[in-house]
Amino acid sequence: MTHTLAAVLLALGLAWSAMPAGAVEPDEILDDPVLESRARDISAGLRCLVCQNESIDASGADLARDLRILVRERLVAGDSDDQVRAYMVARYGDFVLLKPPVKPETYLLWFGPALFLLLGGFGVVVYLRRRSPGPAMGTELARPGPLAPEEQARLKRILEDPGAAAPGNGA
Amino acid sequence: MIPELGHFALILALCVALAQGTVPLIGAARGDQRAMAFARPAALLQLALVLAAFLALMHAYVTSDFTVANVVANSHSSKPLLYKISGVWGNHEGSMVLWVLILAVFGSAVALFGGNLPPSLRARVLAIQALIAVGFLAFTLFTSNPFERVFPAPINGRDLNPLLQDPGLAFHPPMLYMGYVGFSVAFSFAIAALIEGRVDAAWGRWVRPWTLVAWCCLTAGIALGSWWAYYELGWGGWWFWDPVENVSFMPWLLGTALLHSSIVVEKREALKTWTILLAILTFALSLIGTFIVRSGLLTSVHAFATDPERGLFILLLLCITIGGSLILFAVRAPALKSGGLFAPVSREGALVLNNLLLSVACATVFLGTMYPLFAETFGYKATVGAPFFNLTFAPIMTPLVAFMAIGPFLSWKRGDLAGVLGRLKLAILAAILAAAITLYLQGGPVIPALALGLAAWLFAGAVLEWTGRIKLFRAPPGESWRRAVNLPRSAHGMTLAHAGMAVAIAGMVASSTWKVEEILIMRPGDTVSVAGYDYRLEGVERHRGPNYFSDTATLTVTRDGQAVAVQRPEKRMYPVQQMPTTEAAIHTTGLYDLYTAIGDPDGQGGHTVRIFFEPLVPWIWAGALLMMLGGAVSLSDRRLRVGAPRRKRVPAGAAAASA
Repeated sequence: MTHTLAAVLLALGLAWSAMPAGAVEPDEILDDPVLESRARDISAGLRCLVCQNESIDASGADLARDLRILVRERLVAGDSDDQVRAYMVARYGDFVLLKPPVKPETYLLWFGPALFLLLGGFGVVVYLRRRSPGPAMGTELARPGPLAPEEQARLKRILEDPGAAAPGNGA
Repeated sequence: MIPELGHFALILALCVALAQGTVPLIGAARGDQRAMAFARPAALLQLALVLAAFLALMHAYVTSDFTVANVVANSHSSKPLLYKISGVWGNHEGSMVLWVLILAVFGSAVALFGGNLPPSLRARVLAIQALIAVGFLAFTLFTSNPFERVFPAPINGRDLNPLLQDPGLAFHPPMLYMGYVGFSVAFSFAIAALIEGRVDAAWGRWVRPWTLVAWCCLTAGIALGSWWAYYELGWGGWWFWDPVENVSFMPWLLGTALLHSSIVVEKREALKTWTILLAILTFALSLIGTFIVRSGLLTSVHAFATDPERGLFILLLLCITIGGSLILFAVRAPALKSGGLFAPVSREGALVLNNLLLSVACATVFLGTMYPLFAETFGYKATVGAPFFNLTFAPIMTPLVAFMAIGPFLSWKRGDLAGVLGRLKLAILAAILAAAITLYLQGGPVIPALALGLAAWLFAGAVLEWTGRIKLFRAPPGESWRRAVNLPRSAHGMTLAHAGMAVAIAGMVASSTWKVEEILIMRPGDTVSVAGYDYRLEGVERHRGPNYFSDTATLTVTRDGQAVAVQRPEKRMYPVQQMPTTEAAIHTTGLYDLYTAIGDPDGQGGHTVRIFFEPLVPWIWAGALLMMLGGAVSLSDRRLRVGAPRRKRVPAGAAAASA
């Protein structure tokens, strides 16, 4: 039993150092703090392609590390932030961007929330107008329009003969 | 033998659920009292059977019965007892049994505490609960049987994913499921009301406590999950807009809307149709939350079961439940008569706005989560990540939070906005002060400082509304006390929940804006200064845990030479699964956290060390706790106390105070 344990430990010692650990490693960090902070910003917006919705800045995967180093290499070579992103998109497609670009394929995504708000807002306005005891409805109730001819005729009949109630009203 | 008994109990539970889902419905339609009364004992029997199955599975885990395939796949004899128990639901099959168990618990709770419900409504609610159970029991038995045996039995198991071997994650799934499944009660009430064709104030009152319970549990589940991510993933983040987080967040958003709209139904008999729809959609999202993870449609860290064969069953189940209830809604809802009229500026109006913004927020999260799937079918591969959600979510939440302070001040039917703003002068002052002090102390950026101001506005608004009601400092202390005691519990609950939201927002904004981070290689004896604190690495030692090995670092933290804390972050290795985990060390002061995590050795006597200074981060979970407390206090309101006989006449004073 102790033998197996020792063997496991040995195997572990090897496997351990090879294991990817969480996110940015000290040896990746650039000496220039301005470049490094730009690198962090860019990495936070790039997807680690083998992970699920995780940025390369937060991922411990080997690929994420390679991409982080690549981003820094491009920055050191003098690329602007947009050029670095364009470089990544050229290699991996829009899939690599955690924030998809605004283009016809993503109009629904980017304008969807505003559309929801507009549609919902419209629905609410219609609903509130119907629910509201507001001026429009109030005046209608307070000052009824002139009676229609048949109503006047009925009124006249009732006034002349109190016994002749409207049909369906008697009991 | 015991696993077979568990399996058999589960099959019997399915039979009972079939009967419970049909007999009371027919009874309610025919007015047959005996058939309706059948629902109650059936619900209790179903609970007993599912509980027996659950305990049988737990027995297999605790005794490490490696003749059961599920135990082999997810357990190991050296695992600590807590994780043997939590391993029961730390996998697809077992979590299905837990899901059905919680469903049965809620069903029995309705059966036991629903004494004040009209018999036909209670029979229908219980029958619909049972029909949901039929779907899930069938799914479990036919596609995900946890009791399957293996022969020959292996000597040991493959262990539970080490990430799941954590106290936070041990209780995260049960809380989350209690939230998801709790909304099934609101759903059943909605469907029963559609069948009966009647929704009135009493219906709103009956549904509310169940919604509150579910909402509290879901809040707890989400908070536990994000707390776990914070201390376990080792880089100080707490929310990632991961699809799996999003699917639990969507029912929370709609559930919050439901909680508010049911108030309008109860008090004013308005918003009935909308509330019914919300109840249906909230549960639909809960189902999606449970299953989309398992269908393999959205794979992520959490997706411990991705099997396309189950996907079809799930899709069918979702179609029948959601599609069926929406069709019923379309047919029956127009017949529901809506009650009271109100002006746009009124409590009702504010709650409508709350519902609009929460629904739009939910729709936005839905769009972002589902978009990659949708785009892929059109041949466009895209990723929708945190930047999208941060960008779209904030503009929706800002007005919501701004109006959240105003809404409770508005009176029913017709409110006076100018008057309310006058009473909120102190809140405006608090907002300006908070933003200005933040800007002065931190020097920017401006938008997060304004967001902190908004949080202060909400907090002050919630407190002012409460002090206004009890006339604090404006009446003798004795009278204020009397007023506070007489105030309905739900009013106290609202104040707590709204204040909690403000506290949580402040924590979220501050920790994501002013976090200080240092990543470096440290050798024993090295010192580094982060945000005014000096960290000295004393050494790194290798320890042996029950089922892992750990490199434990010791760091002493000082500030101006004064000892502050000793931190022991760990990096663990679980040999069976060949998987490392990080255990961060966190020293909290209530205002900020000192957070350290240790990474790999560099081979030259040094280790990667990550040190974070996280301002206000504990407030996120303190805020969540306040919200849950608010929910619990509100739940204890006498009007809602389930099981208490309904009071025919409410004393005039109490009615006025709660209006």
